[in-house]
Amino acid sequence: MEKNIRLGIGAMAGLLLLRNLYVILFNLPDEMEQGPIYRIFYYHLPAYFTAMCCYMTALVASVLYLTKRNLRYDAIAMSATEVGLAFAAVNLITGMIWGRVIWGIWWAWDARLTWALICWLVYFGYQRAKNSAVLSIFSFVSVAITYKAIEWWRTQHPGPVLSFRTGQQLIDPEMERMLYTNFFALALLAFVMVTVRLNQENLQRQIDGLRRRAHAL
Amino acid sequence: MIFLQVAAKDLRSELRTKESLNASLSFAVVILLLFSFAFDPSGEAVAEFSGGLLWLVFAFAGALILNRSFARELPNDCLEVLIASPVSGAQLFLGKSVASFVLLLAIELICLPIFGIFYNITWTPKFWPLLGVFLLGTWAMTILGTLFSALTVNLSLRELMLPMLLYPMMIPALMSAMRLTTILLSGNDIGGDDLVWLRLLIGFDVVFTTLALALVETILVR
Repeated sequence: MEKNIRLGIGAMAGLLLLRNLYVILFNLPDEMEQGPIYRIFYYHLPAYFTAMCCYMTALVASVLYLTKRNLRYDAIAMSATEVGLAFAAVNLITGMIWGRVIWGIWWAWDARLTWALICWLVYFGYQRAKNSAVLSIFSFVSVAITYKAIEWWRTQHPGPVLSFRTGQQLIDPEMERMLYTNFFALALLAFVMVTVRLNQENLQRQIDGLRRRAHAL
Repeated sequence: MIFLQVAAKDLRSELRTKESLNASLSFAVVILLLFSFAFDPSGEAVAEFSGGLLWLVFAFAGALILNRSFARELPNDCLEVLIASPVSGAQLFLGKSVASFVLLLAIELICLPIFGIFYNITWTPKFWPLLGVFLLGTWAMTILGTLFSALTVNLSLRELMLPMLLYPMMIPALMSAMRLTTILLSGNDIGGDDLVWLRLLIGFDVVFTTLALALVETILVR
């Protein structure tokens, strides 16, 4: 049953992503200044939001683990972080491709990019360190700084454009709607990935437990 | 004040063997030597990257000291005994931080004159403000490093994991310490816009000391 629900949501995410890709490539016009490359934005930003959601899930699960002492929460934090890392990598790589085309360089050491990279490294460390909920809480500081970096520093990375952050309509409403639709699709995909990963993690922990018991006997 | 006893115990055992002190100090000198090949040590620009260079050396040396902080307790199951003893987790942690702090600060104070000689930098007129920056920056490194040392002590790749966790996490503190040191070594005073770096460093110390003391119990007892 659980597997079927997962399959259903996964299929939904896949179909939505295909439909979005079609709309992005064929229905939406080029951006005035950047030309066709701006389309990467429809993956760059939603991937970042998805990664943030994953990190936030990990934060909540880590706090729950520390208060309730239930290893299930630790497994959730672990799985969410791993999926978050994948989406953050998508965010970084799409950003670099865009930077190569628009700026002429792959990477600029400005506050936003640097913090996004720090964020990735810190979570990678957490994910390697195993069973360290405290680290997940510490790491979330860097997520918050990354989010705020474009307001706190003058960066080469473009400033906020979405209407909920700027309070005004800077980009075409249709384009903004597409961003949210694609974010929804990626978030669904991330959800499915986290549940699959969680399943693996739980099985792994069961196996480890059994092995330890066999050792003890 | 039990944490002072823990710190004294750590310092005593370190000073008897001197294993991490010697390793860390010689490592720091080797890195100082290597950097002279990476940059022109006699150039005018040395003062401009002096802070960054010095703090990188301290960060490398610090990782060696911090690695030993909890790993020292592993033989003979000393760590289990310490955790089971009536000493609270926060006291134990604070004691270990103070011990590493003293050791690392000693290494920094030995490295500073060596650095001055190798790279032709005059640091004596600004010694007291420099010492202040060293105290704040070193505390930031030891408080986080000791926490991560406790986190990684049971991992198989402990020596590698500690720097991997510590360096990205302490970037704000490292950045401000580097900037402040560079300003001082260039012969200027800290003032005006640069005060923001000092505030960042102090804020980092306060926030992470509080967080670490609040969370250390959950790391030690699990």
